[in-house]
Amino acid sequence: MSIEVRNVTKQFGEFTALRDVSLTVPAGELVALLGPSGSGKTTLLRIIAGLETADSGAILFHGEDTTDQKLRDRKVGFVFQHYALFRHMTVFENVAFGLRVRPRRDRPGKQEIRDRVMKLLNLVQLQSLAHRYPSELSGGQRQRVALARALAVEPRVLLLDEPFGALDAKVRKELRRWLRRLHDEIHITSVFVTHDQEEALEVADRVAVMNEGRVEQEGTPEEVYHSPRTPFILNFLGNVNLFHGRMENGRAYIGNSSLELPAAAFQDNQTATVFIRPHLLDIHHQPTESGNFPAHVAHINAAGPLVRVELVSEWGDPVEVEISQDRYRFLALKENDKVFVTPKEMKVFVEDYVI
Amino acid sequence: MGLRKKNVLPGFGLSLGYTVFYLSLVVLIPFAALFSRTAQMSFMEFWDTISSPRVVASFWLSLYTSLSAASLNAVMGLLVAWVLVRYHFPLKTLVDALVDLPFALPTAVAGISLTTLYSVNGPLGKHLARWGIEVAYTPLGIIVALTFIGLPFVVRTLQPVLEDLDVEIEEAAASLGASRMKSLLYVVFPNLLPALLTGFALSFARAFGEYGSVVFISGNMPMRTEICPLLIMTKLEQFDYIGATAIAVVMLLVSFMMLFTINLLGWWSRKRTSSAA
Repeated sequence: MSIEVRNVTKQFGEFTALRDVSLTVPAGELVALLGPSGSGKTTLLRIIAGLETADSGAILFHGEDTTDQKLRDRKVGFVFQHYALFRHMTVFENVAFGLRVRPRRDRPGKQEIRDRVMKLLNLVQLQSLAHRYPSELSGGQRQRVALARALAVEPRVLLLDEPFGALDAKVRKELRRWLRRLHDEIHITSVFVTHDQEEALEVADRVAVMNEGRVEQEGTPEEVYHSPRTPFILNFLGNVNLFHGRMENGRAYIGNSSLELPAAAFQDNQTATVFIRPHLLDIHHQPTESGNFPAHVAHINAAGPLVRVELVSEWGDPVEVEISQDRYRFLALKENDKVFVTPKEMKVFVEDYVI
Repeated sequence: MGLRKKNVLPGFGLSLGYTVFYLSLVVLIPFAALFSRTAQMSFMEFWDTISSPRVVASFWLSLYTSLSAASLNAVMGLLVAWVLVRYHFPLKTLVDALVDLPFALPTAVAGISLTTLYSVNGPLGKHLARWGIEVAYTPLGIIVALTFIGLPFVVRTLQPVLEDLDVEIEEAAASLGASRMKSLLYVVFPNLLPALLTGFALSFARAFGEYGSVVFISGNMPMRTEICPLLIMTKLEQFDYIGATAIAVVMLLVSFMMLFTINLLGWWSRKRTSSAA
C-alpha cells in the first residue's frame, strides 16, 4: 500500500507547520521523516494518520483519496512516542483492544482473538508478559506492546512517531535494529518520525529530510548523506566544519590560504561557503601542495575509535578534525603544535549551486 | 561498627506524633465522647430510640436523598469537569470560579434561595408546578439542595485527573478503530473511576451530614421530609441528649462504612491504573 502526500499545507494560527509538502512512500518501504523539532515532521505524520486535517492538499493510500475518511476507517497503525498504552489493561488486553472494539459482525471469535494476539506477542517477543500491566514493563517492552497493538488491526500502513525517543541510548539501538528486522519480515509500508540522523540513516530504506515545513531532500540514506542538496542537510546529518571564503581562479580562498576545489565550475569573485566533515580533514606538520591552512592544536581527545583534534585556524575559527589512532601516533601531536590542515574532500555552496 | 540509624529526610517521628495528636484532639476525642454518652443507655433503650418509626423514616430519607444527590453530582460533575478541562470558551475562568461557590455560600443562604426559586409560586417552581412537579417541601427539594452543595467535590477531584489524562490514549483508541463511545467507555472512564469514586464519596458524606440548606427547602414534616441531622437537632431542643447521640452514633457508623467501602473500591481500581504507562 503506497502513500502519496500531495501538496499538503497546514497552519496552526500564525505558525505554518507544513508548506506545500509532497512526498511518495513506495509500497512496502520503511521511510524516515527526519528533521529538527518544529520542522513539521510530526504534523505530517499525524496528517497521514488522520489525527490532524490538512488545510489543503490530499493524502492518498494506494491511489485512493483518504481526505474524507474518518480516522477509524483509514486502517492505520499508529505508534505514539510515549506509547499511549491503556494502563488499566494488561498487555494482552491492550493488543486485543483493536479487535474487541470492532462492530459485532466484523469481530473475530474469542479463540481467534486469542490466537492472533498471542501470535503478535510472539512476534514482538513478549508472549511471557501477556498478563502484566504496562506499569510493570520497561520502556522498550512498552514500545513493543504499542507496536503489537498497532499491528493487531492489520493496518494498511504503519506510522511511528519518534518510536525510540523516550528510551535510553542502548535500548534505542537494539530496538531500532529489531524494528528493521521486523520490517524485513512483515513488509508493511511504514513511516517513522525521528530527529536522530543516525537512527534514520541506519533503519530506513528512504529518508525525507524536513526543515521549516518543507521536505528539503528525499532519497536513500546514501544519497542524502553523500550528496546533500542544501547546507541545512549537510549540517544536520553529522558534524561539519564551516568556512566562509571566496572563489578565484578555481581555488577557494579562506583567510590567507587557498584550497584546491574538486571542479573549477565557479565564476571568480563569488563568495562561497565551504563545508568539510571532520573525518575528511587531515593534519600535516609541513604544508602540502593540494592546499592547506595553518592552525594550532587546542585540544586532543584520544578516547574512542577515532582521535578528535580541536584546532584553531590562523584566522581564529575553531576546526574539528577526526584522524585514526595510527595517524595520531605517527604525527605525535601535542597541544599548541603548529600544524597544517588539508581537506581530502569538501562541499561548496554558492548561492543555490552545489558541487 | 554499631547500628547506624539515620534518615536523610528526618521528621518522621515528629510529624507522625503531631498527626496522631491532632487527629485525636479534633476527631477521635469528640467521637469517643459521643460513644461514651451513648453507652449510658441500655441496649434496649438504644434500640427503641433508633428503631422508632420516625427515626427510621428520617434515616432512610437521609440515605437515599444523599445517595441520589451524590450520583447526580457524579454524572453532572464529570460533565462539568470535562468541559472545563477539555474546551476553551469565553468566560471559562468565571465558570470555573462558579463551581466553588457552594463551598463559600452560607448553606442557609443556599437553602433559602433554592426554596424561593422552587416553591410553587417561585420563578422556577411555578413552571414545574404546571407539570405537576413539586420541588420545595418534598424529598425532591432535599435532593436539589444536596446536589447544590455537593457539586464542587466531584468537579474538583476530577479536574486534576482529567488534566493529567493523555489525549493520546483517545487518539490511540480511535486509530485502533474504536468509536467515540467505546473509546470513552473502555479507555477514558476506567482511568477516571478512582477519582470519580472519591468525588462521589466526598459528595455523599457532605450531603449525609448537611443541615443548613435542607431545613429550609424540606419543610421538615416528620415521616416525610425530616432528615436525620434535623431529628438530632429536634431531640437536642427537647433536652433528649442521649437520644440525639444515639442517632448520631448510627449516622456515624453508616457514613464510616459507606466511606470505607467506597475508598476500598477506589483503592482497588486505582491499583489497576496506577503509575505512569
